[in-house]
Parts: sequence; C-alpha cells; structure tokens
Amino acid sequence: METQQILEQLSLIFIDILDNESIQLTESTSAAVIEEWDSLTNVQIIVAVEKHFKIRFTTAEIQKLNNVGDLCSLIKTKQVA
Amino acid sequence: MTIKSFNELKKNLKKDFAQLKKIKLAVLADSASQLYVQSLKGYGYELSYNFDIYEADYDQIDRQLFDKTSALYKSEPEYIVIHSSTQKLLSRFYKLSSPQKKSFCKEYIAYVNELIAAANANTKTKIILFNFPEINDSVFGNFSNKTDSSFLYQLRKINVELMELAQENSVVFINDIASLQNTFGNSFITDQKIYINTDTVFGLDFLPYVAKNTTDIIASIAGKFKKCLILDLDNTTWGGIIGDDGIENIQIGSLGIGKAFTQLQLWAKQLKERGIILAVCSKNEEDIAKEPFEKHPDMVLRLTDIAVFVANWENKVNNIRHIQSVLNIGFDSMVFLDDNPFERNMVRSEIPELEVPELPEDPAEYLSYLRTLNLFETASFTEGDNQRTQQYQEEAKRISFQKSYTNEADFLKSLDMISEVSPFNKFNTPRVAQLSQRSNQFNLRTVRYTEDSVQQLISSNDHFTFSFTLKDTFGDYGLICVVILQQLTTNNRQLFIDTWLMSCRVLKRGMENFVLNQLVKCAKENGFEKLIGEYIPTSKNGMVKDHYKDLGFTETNGQWELNVPGYKEKTVYIYPKLIAAQSI
Repeated sequence: METQQILEQLSLIFIDILDNESIQLTESTSAAVIEEWDSLTNVQIIVAVEKHFKIRFTTAEIQKLNNVGDLCSLIKTKQVA
Repeated sequence: MTIKSFNELKKNLKKDFAQLKKIKLAVLADSASQLYVQSLKGYGYELSYNFDIYEADYDQIDRQLFDKTSALYKSEPEYIVIHSSTQKLLSRFYKLSSPQKKSFCKEYIAYVNELIAAANANTKTKIILFNFPEINDSVFGNFSNKTDSSFLYQLRKINVELMELAQENSVVFINDIASLQNTFGNSFITDQKIYINTDTVFGLDFLPYVAKNTTDIIASIAGKFKKCLILDLDNTTWGGIIGDDGIENIQIGSLGIGKAFTQLQLWAKQLKERGIILAVCSKNEEDIAKEPFEKHPDMVLRLTDIAVFVANWENKVNNIRHIQSVLNIGFDSMVFLDDNPFERNMVRSEIPELEVPELPEDPAEYLSYLRTLNLFETASFTEGDNQRTQQYQEEAKRISFQKSYTNEADFLKSLDMISEVSPFNKFNTPRVAQLSQRSNQFNLRTVRYTEDSVQQLISSNDHFTFSFTLKDTFGDYGLICVVILQQLTTNNRQLFIDTWLMSCRVLKRGMENFVLNQLVKCAKENGFEKLIGEYIPTSKNGMVKDHYKDLGFTETNGQWELNVPGYKEKTVYIYPKLIAAQSI
C-alpha cells in the first residue's frame, strides 16, 4: 500500500476516534499538534489501527513512534511481512 | 450481544446530559481509571442517566476512604465504586513470605472490612466492589488447587469471602468481573499492551461491558429492573408448531433440539421461583396452546407457572398491552421472547420501552445468549418473592368474581379483608426496603430506602413507621403498603408524610382510606394536630397526583394538610390486626 493511501485511511481513523472532522494527517503530524491526541486516545488509535490493517504492534514498536510518518512506515513493513 | 463500542460511548460524552436523571458516583481504583470512567458516563447516557462522577487520583483507595475530610466524601456520592485490580493484588501477594501467603485472603478481607467500616462511618452511601477476574500465574500449575500458599488458591477464596461480606453488609454490592471473565475469556478482557503502556487493566472492547455491569447494579438499586418475562410458544418455548404438528410432535425433552427448549423452560422456571412473573403471548387457539402445559410429560412449565396466558389471533402488540394492564407494571419492566424477527420488530416499534432480545436463529443458542444479557439484575431478594405468580392468578379470579356483584360495597364486604398493621421491625425490614425500591406508580415522593436506612428508622425518635399487609378470601397479598411519618422540627404538632407507597395490586379495595384512618388514629393518640402530605411528580406516579385531594386534604403552598381533630373516620371494609403500638 502506498503511503498516501495509508495516510488517508489513518486520517479517517483519527477523525473517528478523536471526534474531530478537521484532522488531515501528513507524515510530519505528531501528538504535539493535535490537541485530543494524548496517551489515552493514543491507546484507542493503536487498537483501531491494528484492527483496521489486521496487524499487531509490539509494545517497543509503539514506544518508538514519534509521528504519523513513523506509524505509516511501521504499517508498511508489517504488511509486507 | 450488541453493546455500543468504547468509541461510541465516548462520543456520548459530548451529548446533552441536562435533562437526564443525575446520580452522583465516586470511582476509586488502584489502576488507571480514566477509560473506565469515560465508558461508565457514556453508558449511563444510553440508559438516560447523568452520572456525575468524582474520579479519585490514581491509586488513592485507602487515602480517600480513611480520611474523613477527603475529596471523596466532599463529593457526596450516592455510590462509591471501588476497583481493585487482580494485577495489584498479585504484586501485593508476591511481596509476602510463604507463611504470610497462606493467610493472604484473611488479611485482605480484614482490610476490605476496614475500608467498608471507614466508608460507613463517614457516609450512608452504597459501595460497589469489583471482585477479581482470575490470573493463573502458573507457578504451581494445577497443583495450586492443593496449595494454600498459591495465588490462585488465595484469589478464589477472596472472591468467595467478598460474597460473604456483601451478604452481611446491605450497602455493599459486588460488580462480578470474575463472571464476565468467565463469559468473555481472558484475552478479551485484558489487552496486555494497554496494560503495560497505560496501567489500564481492561481492554477497550471489554470496558463497555464493565460499564454495563456497573450500571445494571445502580439501575436496579434505583428501581429500574425487570419483573416479567413474556414467552411466545411455537419455536420459542417448544420446537415446532402446536397447531400444525400436534402435541405428540412438538420438540421438547431430552432428545435432539428438544433439549434446547427444555433448558430455556428450566431457566424460566427458576426465574419464576425468584419472583419474575411469567406470561404467555402466542398466536394460537387457546385450548390447543394450553394442551402441552396440561398434558405433555416433558414440559417443565405448567399452567400454574403462568400468571397471564394469552393465546388468540390478535396482534401481539395488543396482547402484550393486555398483559401489561392485568399485571399493572411498566412496559420497561417486561421482557418479550419471540423467535420470529417480524413479530419482534413490530412489538419493538410499537412498544419501544419493552426489552425484546434479538434471539439467535438456532434455538440451541437461545439460553447461552440470554444468559450473557444479564436481563434480570436485582437489588434484593426476599422469601415471599416466589409467591408472586400465585398472587397474580388470585387477582385474575377476583376480577371475574367481582363481575357477579353489582354493588361495590357488597363486593368489598364479601372479600373479608384483613390488614396487619405493624411498625417496621427486623422481620419486615427486607420487604419494606424492597417495596420502597420497586414501587414507582403508587408512590407519593419516591424516596428510596435500603435495608440499612429502614433499620435506622426503627430506632428513630422522630418517626412513626407503618407497614400494612392485606389478605382476603382469595389469598394473601403480603406486605403491600408502607408509610413513614416524620415529626416536623419546625412545628412539633405536625406530622409530615415522608413516604406513602402502595403496591398497585391492591387498588380499589379502600386500602387508602383504611391507611389514612390508621395514620390519623396514631396522630391523635400522640397529640398531633396536622398531617402534611406532599406529591413529587415523576414520569411514573401520575396515578397519585390527586391522592391527597381525594382523601380530603387541603392544599397550601404546594403541600397538603389534614386537620387531625376534625377528621371523620372513613368507611372501610378492611379489618385491622394491630401488631404493636409505637411511640415517639
């Protein structure tokens, strides 16, 4: 799957969970710029992303994520594997 | 089982709670509780509750409960919800030496007793304790069952002891997470990743069920619970169609799919014995529909188990309305089981308050599905509950007997009614509390009393308490009316009617007049000059709107007054049997 495609699908997940229609994700988007994205909503996002892409992250992988770009590349590698 | 997802519940938080019934809760936990609190608030919205939740900081159970000046007590909760996690219990356990491990349960329960005692000393509030879903730490394997120093051994013992504790403390209720774990399995209830990252012990998919379970308890204490199960017959109560297949060919008993229907009937019978009223609503010829109940050797349910039996070719909506009018209970306290999706949808759309479970297609799955719904949560159980069906059947007989009398007074006289009048005591306390929680329609102020608060009234110096039973030639209604009079601090010649509630099963017997005669008699004997009544409207008690007016009270400033010395005793056909006089 192309990065752009993943970004679009991620945006929908973020919009749903954070209940904020104005979210448009780019690779550089991080928790710092989206107000509702905190440690608790992050849990929800990770669970939803795992369900949507039918993949599983390890705890260490989650802790290393810094922005949406990192999340995209992680999803890509998981899907190839 | 369909339940809203965590995300949907969370979206409820943005909705308007202003019109909903407000209930104040406090949540204490030794793990991160934010997601649980969000689910609880969101689930409350689904049932029209505005849960106003005080959430204590992380791991503050002891501090909040033991400190009488704590924010917990300042928040004045109606319920304190305490979630102690198995994970924390395990780490506590691992710190102990081997001999200490053997007495872990004992020590832990002593600690819980201290918590409860501290809470009871500071507030009258009810306490909802989570029990412990199991963690098998696999240190001893199956041998842990033979080893009292193993975690599993001590944990299971704690869960049993918590039940004992709840049985002894009427303010304590158990949120049975262990049972939910049994239904859903460990991998569903906990998400290890979420636990490691955020210290939240329940997974997102499980949280809505924890919220539901908590809300079920609160709703039943607040008086919202199911009282009646209505059964369809063909392919719901037995397999096949009685009208086409005939009594010898319907499926019931121990063979094949018949077993599924037998299981369902056994369950219904147990519910009936617990006090749930059973009714039948079926599209059939009445005598054909009744035949299996009378003659089939494998039927578990018999006609004596069914309070109202309706079998005809009318539509089910009208028939359910008829059942409701005979039983005189709210639609929201009834459950309707039917295998036919068309009937279910029609009934649902016409009577939205009615609970209509979406039965699985395969009858083999009926019972296991119904068990997961926790339809019949209750906040009390008394021994008399199992006679309820018989009482409704007696009522049906009274109705047909009454038709033979043209004069109401003659009819009432012929009933030979006797009412036992007694103050609250330790014998009637459970039933008084139960009636106070159950009565919604004939209830002037809808103040709810628990067993504990009833007990306090027994020893109160400024209250008169009354309980009334009623029996007649057809049967015994048991305790059906409760009145609490309170001496006003502002005027000690006046008695305020704090509570007047009555079971709707005894309407039109002159019971109200009989009760008032007794109240006035008590007021007179103790030198009071006025009885003051008040009507607080709710969505359900419209039937007593004019109660005080009809009894001859006069309205002043939104309250109702009755002059005691000038009272003329009302004519009644009920004979009193007085148990014990009381005095302030």
